[in-house]
Amino acid sequence: MAVKVLIPTPLRPYTNKERSVFLSGTTAGELLNELTTQFPVLKQHLYSGDGTLRSYVNVYVNDDDIRYLQQEQTPVTEKDTVSIIPSIAGGNRQCRLKVEGLTLEIQKTTSKKRIEWLINESPIN
Amino acid sequence: MITIALTQLNQIKAHASATYPEECCGVLFGEEGESGKIVREILDIPNAKEENRERRFLITPEEYRRSEQEAERLGLEVLGFYHSHPDHPARPSQFDLEHAMPWWSYVIVSVKKGMPADVTSWSLDDDRREFREEKIAVDEREARRVMPGVGSGGML
Repeated sequence: MAVKVLIPTPLRPYTNKERSVFLSGTTAGELLNELTTQFPVLKQHLYSGDGTLRSYVNVYVNDDDIRYLQQEQTPVTEKDTVSIIPSIAGGNRQCRLKVEGLTLEIQKTTSKKRIEWLINESPIN
Repeated sequence: MITIALTQLNQIKAHASATYPEECCGVLFGEEGESGKIVREILDIPNAKEENRERRFLITPEEYRRSEQEAERLGLEVLGFYHSHPDHPARPSQFDLEHAMPWWSYVIVSVKKGMPADVTSWSLDDDRREFREEKIAVDEREARRVMPGVGSGGML
């Protein structure tokens, strides 16, 4: 049974530029496994080192995110369309630092003096 | 290399300035030619991040799906995305790297005290280890509309 899987633009260079491929499988997980077997280089972009789907990689069966169905066990049939849909996220270098129960918003260039002020004098804390 | 019309580049800068001190984001539509990517249309997208919007942005899967549909309607590709770094350099962060996809261009606008500053573009290596900066070529001619009617309904 072949199920249509839609490939997002940035991954098409790894699928011979195909917008979609037809793969065999009865669950979303089986399709993903088949996809990364046929196109092994996709694995590093879809999965983290621990073998789980990257947090920003969403897999939809028709209009539904498999996270809210049966995840990779979500059943599929040849009438379904499976889509790989990235969430696009990013941001600047700022990060949070937890110091003795305080959460500080800092960045690489934050001075020691500023961090000391945040800890000792900032009204936020 | 990524080529973008000056008018579109200015629209991205204006968007980055308008959302300051929060991050802005949007989609780059276009095509890939022999000289690299050519931006034909841009679309501003609301930053879906509910908190820390001054240092994070998010384009939801639903917005992404709409963008892909729009690209197909225009006969273009989603070439990448832009976002702003309020009061930070126009360089990708580790967070940007971890959330990036290959091939796409990630245009970053630095905004200093509300005023747009540097604009850079980056593309992720195939092995996901680092971003490579790509040259931005600014086309000073008027942006060429690909299809009549585009420009309404949210198009910048």
